[in-house]
Amino acid sequence: MLTIKNLHASIEGTPILRGINLEVKAGEVHAIMGPNGSGKSTLASVLAGREEYEVTEGEVIFQGKDLLEMAPEDRAREGVFLAFQYPVEIPGVSSTNFLRTALNQVREYRGQEPLDAVKFLSLMKEKMKLVEIDQKLLSRSLNEGFSGGEKKRNEIFQMAMLEPTLSILDETDSGLDIDALRIVSNGVNQLKSDKNATIVVTHYQRLLDYIVPDYVHVLYKGRIVKSGTKELALELEEKGYDWIKEEVDSAAV
Amino acid sequence: MNTLTTQDTFDVLLESAPQNFSVLRAAGKELYQAAGLPAAKAEEYKFTAITKKLEKSISDFRAAAPISISQNQITESTFKGFDGYILVFSNGKFLPELSSQIEGVQVGSLEENNEGIGTIAKAEKDAFAALNQATFSGGISITVPKKIQVDKPILLLSFNQSNEGQVITPRFWIEVGDFAEVTFIDQSVGLGDSSYFINKVVEAKGGINSQINYYRLQHEGDQVIEVSNIETDVQADARFTSVNISLSGDMVRNNLSLNLLGSNCEGNMYGIYLLNGKTHVDNHTNVDHTIPHAESNELYKGIFDGQSRGVFNGKIFVRQDAQKTNAFQQNNNVLLSQDAIVNTKPQLEIWADDVKCSHGCTVGQLDEEALFYLQARGIDKTLAKGLLLYAFVGEVLEKIEDESFKNHVVGLITNRLGSKF
Repeated sequence: MLTIKNLHASIEGTPILRGINLEVKAGEVHAIMGPNGSGKSTLASVLAGREEYEVTEGEVIFQGKDLLEMAPEDRAREGVFLAFQYPVEIPGVSSTNFLRTALNQVREYRGQEPLDAVKFLSLMKEKMKLVEIDQKLLSRSLNEGFSGGEKKRNEIFQMAMLEPTLSILDETDSGLDIDALRIVSNGVNQLKSDKNATIVVTHYQRLLDYIVPDYVHVLYKGRIVKSGTKELALELEEKGYDWIKEEVDSAAV
Repeated sequence: MNTLTTQDTFDVLLESAPQNFSVLRAAGKELYQAAGLPAAKAEEYKFTAITKKLEKSISDFRAAAPISISQNQITESTFKGFDGYILVFSNGKFLPELSSQIEGVQVGSLEENNEGIGTIAKAEKDAFAALNQATFSGGISITVPKKIQVDKPILLLSFNQSNEGQVITPRFWIEVGDFAEVTFIDQSVGLGDSSYFINKVVEAKGGINSQINYYRLQHEGDQVIEVSNIETDVQADARFTSVNISLSGDMVRNNLSLNLLGSNCEGNMYGIYLLNGKTHVDNHTNVDHTIPHAESNELYKGIFDGQSRGVFNGKIFVRQDAQKTNAFQQNNNVLLSQDAIVNTKPQLEIWADDVKCSHGCTVGQLDEEALFYLQARGIDKTLAKGLLLYAFVGEVLEKIEDESFKNHVVGLITNRLGSKF
């Protein structure tokens, strides 16, 4: 589904990603872990098409198409979804209007009829249950005045509405209490199928107790320096990142 | 010697002014000549070089003669869904035969109200107000008697076109009795391609506990150069709300002044600039708190593209006696192009010590992070921009109470922003 080959990216001339290779197949969950500043969020942003990052080398093929050539909105329409680390507050745009516009734009791209208000609302009601989000929240301006947990739940709710093929969760767990984490993870797990895939970017192992990964990759200094199964995450939890840093740094000398 | 200054040029207009109101006109002329047109660096017109603009763009300073207007033109120019009364003007001249009868409201020539003229929009305050007082032609007096609630909005529909002369000098006198309520929609239609200059004065005298909404849509086209002075006296327990929507024009200067004269009254000034091309719009507002316990609210939002330019100057004057004043002012602007310019200036003068006043102005660009967020959900970049900009001005649109006018303005704005959704 997704093939990342030797991906290099920089911001304002500073290289952040220095040769990422990753293969994600349908039905898989990949966790990307790593210390702060290792490039985890950059990878998520580059995949979603954030403009301030410049890809200097490498390629990303998503379902046979060159992802890096596409505008952010086309990536979304092709089925890539980024759950933001910091969801943006947009005063004056109601969540409902926003989602309906987004959904219908995606449908139009895929050659589907737009959803009318009735069908849209019933779809919304169905998906709201998934993340236990209140309708009142959705009639308000997008994310405005939402708590941290509400914002993250709203991200997963949007994911449920848009039914992406590849979901990238960027630090979705950070700052969540256990209850919120459980709700969010539960939503993600229910959306999982053998046709879609998930990349979970996280600093903490805790999330992986709830969203169980098939593979765990450790990102350090812009490269994947270690890959393994969920046991690797537990090892990281126990021992921290220092041993990996030492391994990598001594190898480099 | 042949030194042609604009003041000399306006002499043509002054000499050919109508014969009525001779004392009033003479006073206006004298004040105008004493003040002269704003010099290049005059403080009040610092960012709006109106004198230069007039010299450059207007060649015939005679009054534009009225043009004939057909019923068809009126129908075409009335926005969809409008349900109300229409008063029609041609180059400032009121056309009663094409206008609605409004039950309970007296509509007539200014002669019927010759005591009020110039007592609210005082000629000594502004050279253009003085020039208008000396040279206005036609004009209208609208009186809403005590306790009358006008059931539907009154559309002041002005057709403007250069015709022999290029100067149009409308003057409205509005008198709203105690406890009376009325909504005006002031809309102009520009005809022809030649430039013309509108020098407009609107005076509104509100009674105790009266309610006046004055909505204005400036969407005439790029041939218009305009200076308007709208001024109102607001008495106790009364409310005056102005909503000014500027969408086009060559150079437009709006002077809006609210005199809060009775306690527990409320003055509201709201506006939107949505400009592109080389349009220049300058909103100068002034609210004068003279008494305790009055409230003023002000919110202007601007979006500037192309080489357009916006000026905002908001003066709040709180006199020593005006304790317990609440005065709020906000001006926010978004620049969409490198070449657009905004000059914004809050100007507060507070002489009372127990007041609540706040003001803020911002100039920024479109929020890139918000734009990316919308795009990342599959929304086209142009539409996403439109949604964000529409949301930005939406707060002002909510102030329009008349649904049909609001829908009309929403339509114009979403069209311009490409944000239909």
